[in-house]
Amino acid sequence: MTVTQPLHTHHKHCDELFALAEEGVHRLRWDQCIGQFALFRGELEGHFATEEQLLFPAFEAANGSTSGPPQVMRIEHQQMRGLMGEMAQALASRSAGAFAGLAETLLVLMQQHNMKEEHILYPMCDRLLAAAQLPVADDLRRRTASTCGE
Amino acid sequence: MPADLSFEQAPPISVPLRFFLSAPIFGVVAGALLSWWGADVVTSRWLGETLALTHLLVAGFMLQAMTGALFQFLPVAAGCNIARPMLVAATVHPLLAAAALLLPLGLAGGIAIALRVAAALFLFAVAIVVVATGRALLRTPAQGATVLALRLAVGGLAITVLLGTALADGLAGHRSWPLVDLTSIHVAWGLGGWALVLLAGVSYFVVPMFQLTPPYPPRFARWLPLLLLAVLLVWSLQLIVPIPQQLVLICGMALAGAFSATTLWLQQRRRRRIRDPVFWFFRLAMSCLLAAALLAAGVALLPALHDEASVAWILGVLLIPGVFVSAINGMLYKIVPFISWLHLQRLALPGTPVPNVLDLLPGSAMRAQMILHLLAMVLLLMSAVWPSIVTLAGVAFATSSAWLGVNLSRAVWRYVRARGRIGASERGR
Repeated sequence: MTVTQPLHTHHKHCDELFALAEEGVHRLRWDQCIGQFALFRGELEGHFATEEQLLFPAFEAANGSTSGPPQVMRIEHQQMRGLMGEMAQALASRSAGAFAGLAETLLVLMQQHNMKEEHILYPMCDRLLAAAQLPVADDLRRRTASTCGE
Repeated sequence: MPADLSFEQAPPISVPLRFFLSAPIFGVVAGALLSWWGADVVTSRWLGETLALTHLLVAGFMLQAMTGALFQFLPVAAGCNIARPMLVAATVHPLLAAAALLLPLGLAGGIAIALRVAAALFLFAVAIVVVATGRALLRTPAQGATVLALRLAVGGLAITVLLGTALADGLAGHRSWPLVDLTSIHVAWGLGGWALVLLAGVSYFVVPMFQLTPPYPPRFARWLPLLLLAVLLVWSLQLIVPIPQQLVLICGMALAGAFSATTLWLQQRRRRRIRDPVFWFFRLAMSCLLAAALLAAGVALLPALHDEASVAWILGVLLIPGVFVSAINGMLYKIVPFISWLHLQRLALPGTPVPNVLDLLPGSAMRAQMILHLLAMVLLLMSAVWPSIVTLAGVAFATSSAWLGVNLSRAVWRYVRARGRIGASERGR
């Protein structure tokens, strides 16, 4: 298994949770989707934390630069955190329209972010950190409820 | 780290927007002229008017939108940026627009000088696009099926324009070119080597992205553009040696059909259950591609239909407005609001909410235009049987294109207003 394989798998897990929360709001099943959205948000926050606190610093140390791709990824994490905050407010005020617009925005941002990671950054990490024994799966498990990487 | 790996989010917003906002204008002109010229254009694909309408869509609508999309797409898909995007866009955009208006003028009016100038402008502008994007795509360390498809598509664009230049030269007076053979090769490279390969490369990315489908099977994704390239190379040999045309055509159509069927199958397996207009535009595009591939393969097997004008019309309608205009229409509805949001987000202070993508371009506006586009498609197809309907079909297509332009412009206008508000609030701090 490559260093970043658990993160690949976890992206798909987060997508699944996103789709459930979005569909729940679309069908106005508020009580159900508040829980689903909280689960999704928790998983994505855990994913960001593993990347920001474990993977990116290791990549930057191996690469000798702190101004490369991880910096752009951190900015996009912040943008996604902002959107998730607004989505939580929309849920609290039962505003399906606002939630739909924010969810649509988050989906495109999150997906283009994941694509950049999966196609460009992760392969670079896998090459640079192949010998580093980075405990990505353990870290992700510790921060989230998922079992990715097992 | 490779020195040229660029991870910027996007080029300046005006770079892609100028192309995206210009594209619908060519659809409006094409629809209006179709309506004006009426039933004659349905009767022959070789009429100057028919060629003019075709090129308003392929060299106007499609080339504008696809060039803009390349600027926007390269950083995300290939981790590379076009160098000096403002300068390249400012040079290429007006040249391509002028060429895409002059070419139909030359084709419909038989005006040699218009054909020559259009060909020269296309050659120059496309050379810049090919060099700028080709340079970025060859230097990127990113790999994968999308990068491969993008590289081949850019090569396909170059070959299409070179062949088109020869054809324009032939039509403008130098009759020494084998025009019929050259045309069939030009069409194959334009629709297959450039447009379809680019659509495939973009689809590998956006279909899983927007609908949360499984990825395209990796081997299929990698081999499809290479096999299409092989078919096109064999098809091009007809200029110098006899080839089994029907067999080669069927191979090409089998590849196109396989791509559309795979996309439709992936859409069926999507995890996102919400079906937005972009989903429907893509589904329409892929259904048209499947229908066109089956029809073209059927025609290859039934020689009696070869010279049937209505078959050529149906194929043209399915492929150009059906596949490419539909897919581009849907893509523009995703890209324009998203890049507007992204740029607003960059301008605003952290934590300041900005209008989301549906605030910028509401779903109801997209859905209404989509229904009109669908109606235009139905009328265009019906014109094959009842050519008098084509006037109405032209009006519907022009209106749908205008509506697309209005929807995109309103999104940009909302972006501009939001940008103004952000600027004012930050000056007030």
